Amino acid sequence: MKLKVISGICLLLAIFLYSCQSEDELEFSRYYSAGNVIYQSKCMNCHGKNGEGLSALIPPLTDSVYLKVHKDSLSCFIKYGLKGKITLANKTFEGEMPANDFAPIEIAEVLTYVTNSFGNKMGTITSQHVGDDLQKCK
Amino acid sequence: MKKLIGAAVIILLWNACKFNEQKTLPIAGNRDAVTETVDGKTVTDTVYQTIPAFKFVNQYGDSITNKTLDGNIYVADFFFTTCPSICPIMHRNMLTVYNAFKDVADVKIISHTIDPQHDSVAVLKKYADKLGIAGSKWWLLQGKKEDTYKLAASYLVSSPQVDAKEKYVHDGYFILIDKQKRIRGQYDGTVPEQVTKLIEDIKTLKAEPDQTTAK
Repeated sequence: MKLKVISGICLLLAIFLYSCQSEDELEFSRYYSAGNVIYQSKCMNCHGKNGEGLSALIPPLTDSVYLKVHKDSLSCFIKYGLKGKITLANKTFEGEMPANDFAPIEIAEVLTYVTNSFGNKMGTITSQHVGDDLQKCK
Repeated sequence: MKKLIGAAVIILLWNACKFNEQKTLPIAGNRDAVTETVDGKTVTDTVYQTIPAFKFVNQYGDSITNKTLDGNIYVADFFFTTCPSICPIMHRNMLTVYNAFKDVADVKIISHTIDPQHDSVAVLKKYADKLGIAGSKWWLLQGKKEDTYKLAASYLVSSPQVDAKEKYVHDGYFILIDKQKRIRGQYDGTVPEQVTKLIEDIKTLKAEPDQTTAK
């Protein structure tokens, strides 16, 4: 009897843990696939199908270190555009990225896609995180 | 057995014939039939549409005319350096063409800017450097806006339009011109498969007798 109860509790716990985890995973896939769609329509022309950029004209999205270091500024880059010199992937870029009138959720989706594609692995960037970052845009 | 050998010989001959078949590209544009009297005989000849004379300046500040391109097969397109939409993808694909014919003397690429006011020679030179192109394989040409727009029409691409959001709207076509300045193909420069076809077609064109004899 005791054994049954304990194993029953264990089973419930396991299911609980499993479903929790899959909820996170589900959220990630939701963000990621929606982000993929946005990427294709708004980013891919310039940054390329594989985030390869274009020579020294358009920066690639494959520099994981740059993305990690600038994680909290990425939302602002997308929303307000980016101008001036930046250095990544051993090159200096000085073009201009146009601003995008995206909702925080869209920014979160496309960032989740970019930061988990092209060799990057940064996990889900939630719309909550984006909202906080947008408050601090310079 | 004899029949079998006979059949094999016929098949072999047939294949040999096919092997010698010359593949040629079609000639695009308007054409006129011109009838002339040569040595007392009436001869009808086809006159094809050709690219008219032009004069522009390249990224090095050198003057480039239709004459400069004599003896070359070339690919032309229209762009501007601040283009936010299709230009990056076009020139990413054009780089593939550039690399494929880097060491081939008589193949050139010309890109006409449709925004000469912004795209000065210095701006074009910087763009070329950043794009990673050097030498005289790929020229970025700048000139009077009207001249460029008029020339666009003779390449059978639509005239660029001014648009509030995108600044300019233009076709993303790569146009293949032969040594007689005739249009031999148009390829969507934003589609990688079309660009692969362009590279194949340039090889086919280069092998045509008309192209190998022309200087």
